[in-house]
Amino acid sequence: MSGTFLGMPSFPKNAEKALQDSQLRYNLRKATHTIRAKRATVVEELPDWLELRAAGKAIKDETLRHLDRYLLQVEEAVTKAGGHVHWASDADEANEIVTGLVRATGQTEVVKVKSMVTQEIGLNEALAKEGITAYETDLAELIVQLGDDWPSHILVPAIHRNRSEIREIFLEHMAEWGRPAPDDLGDDPRMLADAARLHLRERFLSTKVGISGANFVIAETGTLVVLESEGNGRMCLTLPETLISVVGIEKLLPTWRDLEVFLQLLPRSSTGERMNPYTSMWTGATEGQDFHLVLLDNGRTKVLADEIGRQALRCIRCSACLNVCPVYERVGGHAYGSVYPGPIGAILTPQLRGMESPLDASLPYASSLCGACYDVCPVAIDIPEVLVHLRSKAPHGPAERLGLKAAGWVLDKPVRLERAQRLATRFRGLVPKRRLPGPGAAWTDTRDVPPVPEESFRDWWDRTEGGSR
Amino acid sequence: MSSRDQILSRIRSAVAGAPEVEISRSYQTSGQEAGRVELFAERVRDYRAIVHVVPGDELAATVARALSGRGARRVVVPGGLPEGWLAAVPGLERLRDDPPLSAAELDAADGVITGCAAGIAETGTIVLDAGPGQGRRALTLVPDYHLCVVSADQIVGGVPEAVARLDPVRPQTWISGPSATSDIELNRVEGVHGPRTLEVIITR
Repeated sequence: MSGTFLGMPSFPKNAEKALQDSQLRYNLRKATHTIRAKRATVVEELPDWLELRAAGKAIKDETLRHLDRYLLQVEEAVTKAGGHVHWASDADEANEIVTGLVRATGQTEVVKVKSMVTQEIGLNEALAKEGITAYETDLAELIVQLGDDWPSHILVPAIHRNRSEIREIFLEHMAEWGRPAPDDLGDDPRMLADAARLHLRERFLSTKVGISGANFVIAETGTLVVLESEGNGRMCLTLPETLISVVGIEKLLPTWRDLEVFLQLLPRSSTGERMNPYTSMWTGATEGQDFHLVLLDNGRTKVLADEIGRQALRCIRCSACLNVCPVYERVGGHAYGSVYPGPIGAILTPQLRGMESPLDASLPYASSLCGACYDVCPVAIDIPEVLVHLRSKAPHGPAERLGLKAAGWVLDKPVRLERAQRLATRFRGLVPKRRLPGPGAAWTDTRDVPPVPEESFRDWWDRTEGGSR
Repeated sequence: MSSRDQILSRIRSAVAGAPEVEISRSYQTSGQEAGRVELFAERVRDYRAIVHVVPGDELAATVARALSGRGARRVVVPGGLPEGWLAAVPGLERLRDDPPLSAAELDAADGVITGCAAGIAETGTIVLDAGPGQGRRALTLVPDYHLCVVSADQIVGGVPEAVARLDPVRPQTWISGPSATSDIELNRVEGVHGPRTLEVIITR
């Protein structure tokens, strides 16, 4: 994954900072609760939701089980339909391919459809280094780009901004990127959306290269599918002469028919609508366009090799898990230090990037394991299961390892536990009331030391014969 | 080794020995037949599109009323659109996409009128597949107003029936209401980059 977030402090430190920001907490609470309720309403409408969910899970598992075969099928179908297929094993290679393709057109500007994967590989930065400007066209991405900010939500990247903040950003920065915002811009969402329309209009009509990701790629037909709301996606997909789509290898679906499941699961889970306003589907070079598909690994095959962790690759990026997560709701997306925030990010990021950095090693702990994410996941990713699995793989400090080893030794034999308890009651006066000293201090940062009782339960039981005396 | 071979071989070793998967499709594959047209109309209206349900012989008059109501005089007319649909519109300037109209020309049009490939009742979705009377994808994207005619027999119950009916090789656009965004405090605002007004005439 991209180096943008390298060197970021661990999740608890980020979270602590975010929790101080009451505006952020207000914005997040309002947004997540709104979308949560919308999702619940439209999911309830479908009597066969659980069957769709089971089918979605199975279809994705089947895709992953035979991913080699399906990728070759896509390659063949897209090539047959006049498109070009490229393979990139990591971010650098993907960026090189895309940069080369843009350069070959002689253009220095590209328009982009909102895409997680191009953020993951840091494509905009790579293009900028080669003198190519990438214009984000999704309204929320535009807000993020103009504000020189990071996305904080998969679906609504500017969820951490409220209307008056957005107005400020438009007034201050639109002129640097193109058509300035009107002077009398208010903070009504309608007015703000109109300003974005005007700002981007000319750009859409004249830019010759478009870059997108895809929600799905159908193996048997080579069809790409992009779901969106604003029409910026359609603009970027249809008007440019050259279209480059960068797609993670896990985005495949085996058959055209599989869309009947995912076009029900995704919009309802994601925006809480029966259907999103626009879905575009195209196969190969369409309507005279030059079409390139870049298939990206970038750590995905490593995730695939982990029997428990691989279910994270079923993810269709709906963001329902973010909206129900009590942790995400309070700390927001930036604390996760990745383009994939929230519960899904907590299991995807450490697997894609590894757990070498303090941030990545702390992500599997960014959860209370309440399981709400699993309940709403449209492809039934057992996020708590993967979190616990990753915790066991995460590096543990020497004090923690020593402590657990000692606890293991004590708990191994009843007589050891009994003696330890007696010892503890005898010296209970020496145990600090609130904070432990030395390496134990971290543990008491967020908890009080539990009081040691005068007598252990066992001793009480023996003394009173089970309370009868 | 090329990246292609590298990726493929990594996949093969990652999934070696993993169990086979069985896909059960026990979900509903057909929607309700009764009240299909009414449901479709209601669901399209939910997206704040303008909807008319009229008998087939009133189509031309409804088209004329819709266009004159908007003051649309220069309208994009894709190839293969039945001439009869426009028979009652006086003084209409037809913008034909032959030779192809430029993006600027499309932007300057007052609107576009099309048919469609299918309608989905449960989700209020209209599917265009670049067939006759629909044209290439940009025609229904750049103009600010889209008038779409859907005949009752094109409306299916749910998503699975639409998928079964459509040809994946044709470029498709699934449209559910006018362009919209919820990016600002999750308030839905209609009309961003696509047509800000969608008007649908359903003929039975």
